Amino acid sequence: MLNPDLVGRTVAGTTATLITQESITAFAHSLGEENVSFAPPTFAITISLEQSQALLQSSGLDWNRVVHGDQRFEIHRPIVAGDQLRCDCTIESARVVAGNEIVTVRCDLISGEELVVSSWSTLVFRA
Amino acid sequence: MSKFEVGHQFAPKSYLINRAALVTYADASGDHNPIHQDEAFAVSVGLPNVIAHGMYTMGLVGEYVGALARETAGTSARVREFSARFTKPVVVPANTDVELIVSASVVEMSGSELRLELSAVCDGVKVLGMAKALVVL
Repeated sequence: MLNPDLVGRTVAGTTATLITQESITAFAHSLGEENVSFAPPTFAITISLEQSQALLQSSGLDWNRVVHGDQRFEIHRPIVAGDQLRCDCTIESARVVAGNEIVTVRCDLISGEELVVSSWSTLVFRA
Repeated sequence: MSKFEVGHQFAPKSYLINRAALVTYADASGDHNPIHQDEAFAVSVGLPNVIAHGMYTMGLVGEYVGALARETAGTSARVREFSARFTKPVVVPANTDVELIVSASVVEMSGSELRLELSAVCDGVKVLGMAKALVVL
């Protein structure tokens, strides 16, 4: 069970991820996307899911029991090669339904002071 | 720029999902959860077989939306919002190409903003719920 005190708390990312053209190209091509001049709309997940995993595991949730419930992106501008993105994570909500713990994590990908992409992942930790 | 009536249906597109594609996506995305690659592991945690990453399915729908936006408005078109609920798993048996059929219809068109309702169907079953995108043309 997630400590309710963690809900609403933002954990600021301490390191920035440098986005390479290779990583954009590999991700795009894995989806059959030919345009590699900017990242596909779901690319933010490559950073946000790892950060969410670190945050939730350190909060005591078992990543082996996780199922992705839903996902939303707000893309203020496309991610491009050369971006150095910090990821701030906030646990926006946590509730228990039929023994399953349902947690929504918001991740803001930030370049300098610019918010590039916000991502909301709802993760279901099965009982 | 084209104008679209509410309810306009874009032509569907078919995607083939197989085990090799899931490995490629796992490498590209960094999501190496074994339920997407290892049949014995997937079965051991109560799944019918290997299942596709939800984000892989959503990514294919993203490719569809991106291509649709480019065909409609050229390379300046952008996906501004994109969301989906993972309602049913896409089961991917060994040595099999599983067909995913993706389609879109217009919910709203105002100014340069095109709001789409998206559909992703596998074997007659909707695998994404509430799938939507906002495209700026």
